[in-house]
Amino acid sequence: MVAHLLRLKITLLRNGVRRSPWQLVGLVIGTLYALGLVSLCVGGLFVLRQGEIGLAHTVVVLGGAAALLGWAIVPLAVSAADMTLDPARFTTFAVPMPQLLAGLTLGGLVGIPGVATSLVALATVGTWSRNLPAAAGALVGAVLGVLSCVLASKVMTTATAGLATSRRFKDVSAIVFMIPLVLMGPIAAGIMQGIAGSGDFLPRLAGTLSWTPAGAAWSLGGDVAAGSYGAAALKLLIALATVAGLALAWKLLLQRALVTPPHGGTSKPRAGGLGLFRLFPATPAGAIAARSLSYWLRDPRYAAALIVVPLMPVLLMFQAGQTGSYALLEFVGPLTAFLLAWSISSDVSYDSTAFALHLASGVRGIHDRLGRAVACLIVGLPVVLAFSVGPFFFTGDWTRLPGILGLSLGVLFTGLGLASVVSARYTLAVPLPGDSPFKKPPGNVGQMMAVQFGGMGALTLLVAPEVGLVAAQFITGSPLPGWINLFLGPALGLALFAGGVRLGGKWLDARGPELLAQLAINR
Amino acid sequence: MTVQQPDPRSPETPPAADLPAPPIPALSLRGLAKRFGPKIAVDGISLDVPAGSFYGIVGPNGAGKTTTLSMATGLLRPEFGTALVHGVDVWQQPLEAKKLMGILPDGVRLFDRLTGEQLLSYAGLLRGMDKDVVAARVKELLAALDLGMDAGTLVVDYSAGMTKKIALASALIHAPRLLVLDEPFESVDPVSAANIRDILDRYVASGGTVIVSSHVMDLVQRMCDHVAVVAAGRLLAAGSVDEVRAGESLEDRFVQLVGGRSQTGGLAWLRTF
Repeated sequence: MVAHLLRLKITLLRNGVRRSPWQLVGLVIGTLYALGLVSLCVGGLFVLRQGEIGLAHTVVVLGGAAALLGWAIVPLAVSAADMTLDPARFTTFAVPMPQLLAGLTLGGLVGIPGVATSLVALATVGTWSRNLPAAAGALVGAVLGVLSCVLASKVMTTATAGLATSRRFKDVSAIVFMIPLVLMGPIAAGIMQGIAGSGDFLPRLAGTLSWTPAGAAWSLGGDVAAGSYGAAALKLLIALATVAGLALAWKLLLQRALVTPPHGGTSKPRAGGLGLFRLFPATPAGAIAARSLSYWLRDPRYAAALIVVPLMPVLLMFQAGQTGSYALLEFVGPLTAFLLAWSISSDVSYDSTAFALHLASGVRGIHDRLGRAVACLIVGLPVVLAFSVGPFFFTGDWTRLPGILGLSLGVLFTGLGLASVVSARYTLAVPLPGDSPFKKPPGNVGQMMAVQFGGMGALTLLVAPEVGLVAAQFITGSPLPGWINLFLGPALGLALFAGGVRLGGKWLDARGPELLAQLAINR
Repeated sequence: MTVQQPDPRSPETPPAADLPAPPIPALSLRGLAKRFGPKIAVDGISLDVPAGSFYGIVGPNGAGKTTTLSMATGLLRPEFGTALVHGVDVWQQPLEAKKLMGILPDGVRLFDRLTGEQLLSYAGLLRGMDKDVVAARVKELLAALDLGMDAGTLVVDYSAGMTKKIALASALIHAPRLLVLDEPFESVDPVSAANIRDILDRYVASGGTVIVSSHVMDLVQRMCDHVAVVAAGRLLAAGSVDEVRAGESLEDRFVQLVGGRSQTGGLAWLRTF
């Protein structure tokens, strides 16, 4: 059975590559990147063999603990939880639980992150190959450590994707969960500051961590090498208990997930009400704007994008506090404008096959584009204006305001125009309607990256005049380029917005059925 | 009964040009074909659906029913062939053709974060209909389909049958001349199904045309006056229900036409428990 599950995972991986060449491109890029990183780590670990025991111990324990943390958090943070072996799909097969767990655990090692982590972990055996017992200890530690990594990631993904099955709970938790993720930078920076504060902080941190589940396994080799066999024996117990505890937690979560498949949640019958539709003009474009805006407020996948917005100034404030310069904070307006405008580049993908209603109704492409862009503008314009003006209350350097305001509006309008074109032509593999924003379907990563980076590159070119004027003002100190920008930004932006909506509408009219066919594939 | 082969006529020939003014069919397909990779899903289907008929399209799973209907309604671009709705070419004048059609596609999502009432209004407004007309029709449709109590519930929280009903209502709201319904009765409860049949019967009686796809033969035999049998992407038979079934039950005739009944002697182990 375990072998079956492993073979299934490999087959899925292979079929994914076969489905589109873009996926292969993504895989190759990922492999090359991982290969570079792995060879660096492995090389470093072998060099440490010559190093002092204490230093090597610190590095291995901290690295291992970081790996564990990464496995637990990264799948959620980059919304790329690997759902190819989603346990919910095995519900009806009556696979015995121990074998399912073993199969899924080993399956988690198939793939770039799994192989990379395993290789680096095995390299610690090289670090501790000073004598046989130490090498053996490191080997045991590496196996236990890698197992804890995979299990921790499984526990996290099962807890977030499987446990919260009611729709309402899923909607809320998904949004709340974004906050610590976005603020990870400041949190990490705070820790780094603590490190910088005291010289022997790192060895002490490693020492403490080595007695916790995060570092116990990685500490085995070093403790044996240092001759402290008692400590090694205790840490072996901790590491074993960690693996067992994680496995048990996962098992319990999985058992619950398997017998409570996702359901819609119950709700009382309620009388109607048109909501936002009442506020918009009763035209196709107006209806689409009302619908999009309802989705901005109701769909957690959109809300996940919205929740980042209030955290942007927090992040930049923190950065300003760190460096003592508010220079970056002044750009929170343009940055937010970019984030918000670009978020509708996957609007049609978020519709999924519900887009068929637009197609079947014979909605004109330009109305479709306009409605979606206007909904985003209603959310985005007040926020961008506030964020553009706000920072100057801190800096007091009001001469820069006109230039920044022009840049913000330019980026917002240009971005909306460009996103209207992009989403009329390309679909992305996004979480399906009703799924957690973190549950990302396996899709063509390569094409997605090409479209995203290509689009951002194009946007950079399109707003180059505004950026140039802001730069000119900052360099020369003359307020004139800023004032020019205040007028040029919105004017150029609106022109590009109109052009983008028009072009996107034309493409949509011409290629609506093809777009729907792409959406049906991603489904 | 007419057993049709892939149509030899040139697709460019307008259907009514060379004949002395026969009634324009509600839907006229000529040589529709579609391939997905190496698999030929629809292999040259030509079919005329007379205006005012209740037309059933039956076929085994994977016969190409949904693909054919998608191509006929402008949701999937055919590789060959044409589709005319009341004489309007679906692929040359899509906006005009879509005004004449109400479509219930199978296997597509809905904008399910809207309430039932909002979704229905949305479908109406997308068609460019007047606000007050939409409001009045939404109310009537919700009542007729037994959804009045759940007008304010998000469609995502609807049951499968309710979802089907709200999708059907969305296809009706602009009073189309042709209704194309792909598997309209799937997971709909018997009472609602009877209500829907009444609505469709009255619609046909007043001159509308309904096309339904199904693989429930009994339902088609009782409900429809015309039927087409599709298998493996080809049209096997088409005509009035009585012509096609030729004295037998539609189900028996269907099995004869489609073939592929497996030997019932196998699977002996299934009876060993």
